[in-house]
Amino acid sequence: MTEVTAVSPISTDPSRRARLAEFWYYFSENRGAVIGLVFFSFLVLLALCAPLVAPHDPAIQFRESVLVPPFWQEGGQLQFLLGTDAVGRDMLSRLIYGTRFSLFVGVIVTTLALVGGILVGVVAGYFRGWIDTFIMRIMDIILAFPSLLLALVLVAVLGPGLTNAMIAIALVYQPHFVRLTRAAVMAEKTRDYVVAAKVAGAGNLRLMFRTILPNCMAPLIVQATLSFSSAILDAAALGFLGMGAQPPTPEWGTMLAEAREFILRAWWVVTLPGLAILLTVLAINLMGDGLRDALDPKLKRS
Amino acid sequence: MFRFFLGRLAVLIPTFIGVSIIAFSFIRLLPGDPVALLSGERVMSPERHAEISHQLGFDRPIVVQYLDYLWGVLRGDFGLSIVTKRPVIDQFFELFPATLELSLCAIAFAIVLGIPAGVIAALKRGSVIDQILMGTALVGFSMPIFWWGLLLIIVVSGILQWTPVSGRISLMFFFPSVTGFMLVDSLLSGQEGAFRSAFNHLILPTIVLGTIPLAVIARQTRSAMLEVLSEDYVRTARAKGLSTFRVVGIHALRNAMIPVVTTIGLQVGVMLAGAILTETIFSWPGIGKWLVDSVFRRDYAVIQGGLLIIAGIIMLVNLAVDLLYGLINPRIRH
Repeated sequence: MTEVTAVSPISTDPSRRARLAEFWYYFSENRGAVIGLVFFSFLVLLALCAPLVAPHDPAIQFRESVLVPPFWQEGGQLQFLLGTDAVGRDMLSRLIYGTRFSLFVGVIVTTLALVGGILVGVVAGYFRGWIDTFIMRIMDIILAFPSLLLALVLVAVLGPGLTNAMIAIALVYQPHFVRLTRAAVMAEKTRDYVVAAKVAGAGNLRLMFRTILPNCMAPLIVQATLSFSSAILDAAALGFLGMGAQPPTPEWGTMLAEAREFILRAWWVVTLPGLAILLTVLAINLMGDGLRDALDPKLKRS
Repeated sequence: MFRFFLGRLAVLIPTFIGVSIIAFSFIRLLPGDPVALLSGERVMSPERHAEISHQLGFDRPIVVQYLDYLWGVLRGDFGLSIVTKRPVIDQFFELFPATLELSLCAIAFAIVLGIPAGVIAALKRGSVIDQILMGTALVGFSMPIFWWGLLLIIVVSGILQWTPVSGRISLMFFFPSVTGFMLVDSLLSGQEGAFRSAFNHLILPTIVLGTIPLAVIARQTRSAMLEVLSEDYVRTARAKGLSTFRVVGIHALRNAMIPVVTTIGLQVGVMLAGAILTETIFSWPGIGKWLVDSVFRRDYAVIQGGLLIIAGIIMLVNLAVDLLYGLINPRIRH
């Protein structure tokens, strides 16, 4: 392997380190993306260390301190930095534990949709013919429904709960990955390197997943970040409608649903979980924009 | 153009059949006995069960049942609601104007603010204004709208007391529904203050439902404008000495609008999904709230019919957008 000494950020060095360096160069150009990454890393740490960081157990009800406001407001207690909810549970602890659920939803949904979408999309784009037509028609059918409505109905069929909500959302997101993978595979399939590999005797599976797929990853990665943030939003929306995670789970959308009746009395029980969702989604979308800039070769040239 | 239309239609028909199969099988996939679910009767004797089963046609082969269902759907028969015992399609047409009015206002709100914001950001690329506009757009794009609605209720309705919290019009007013659009009907009624009340009720739901389309349109307009502004014909127009207004307004904007029109068309699905949340928060008596309520009431006939009608609408709108796109941009036809 050669050392990375390139002056120009666009290196022709094929080594992994050089490619990573090039990627980082473009990614770090985007200030928002770096802020998003830092905040996202913070959230991941928070989720991992939730039991260590949270001041209280998220399920414990302090019956004598119900709807205590945050500490800076009159009547606030330092014991509950961000106040308590209607049954006296510590808001800060519940918000910290909520990070776990949201990030978990994002990871699982994106993984399911991405892996499923790649498998189906590669098959459709590689083999074409009737199998391609068949797959794409099914994807068109799924895309004909508004995603949240379809997810809502699927959860109604499967039964409310976080697991079923994740399955439903992953199913609804899958067509986007199928379409992207198929388009990318179709574009790469006729390139010389693929033909060369074929002539060298590579089988279908090897051609599909080792030769072609790695060159189709850029749009998929960008779509994956987008799905990650939308999955968090949709899971929270389902929780808000009462069809996602069920109480007393400290999931942010479910917390909002429980807090709705206190909307004009206790601003903190309504405002804080939503703010947590917004900041998390925003951080991921900022990263997504940075990724797109770093991975899109069209923008690099300009 | 006609061939293009036929081609799109050829794709649409199998998709619609697939959608109808999903709506049809939905009730049979649910845990529990579909006969009991559809009749809404929990406990019944075997004779009663057989009778209802025969009434609903469940004793026939599944293919015959499906074809019968499809034939009904094509004639506009979507079955009866389990809860109200009224035709699903009648209920749909009663509630649809409320959703349509809200969606039209929201998309108008998004276009009126989104396109100028995108154009300004593109013209001032890299400036503070661009950063503020696009930062705001990204926040809007990341917004959990159900929370955004609650937040607006707290601030605008609660603290400032500017707008009402829920519904379409104050209960003080009563007039016959002519068009189903509250803004129009209140004007037609001639009652003093009725239009103002209807308008005030629309403000917050419009903002909430319009936020994500607004952000998407602003971002899309900016990138389309940036692409067009670097084209040769724009440089030529500038070199000819045309005013910036003419160059941007006539030459650039017209071409930049092509992808934006598609984006606006694609927002219809987003709107219908957003209507589910927006209408729930503001107790807006439209399709979204109807469907959510039906999910909770286990009114499966309504869910089944509603799913199919909404998918049908989205497919028709997408077809219209495709055709429109084919008209503006002849290259796509091939």
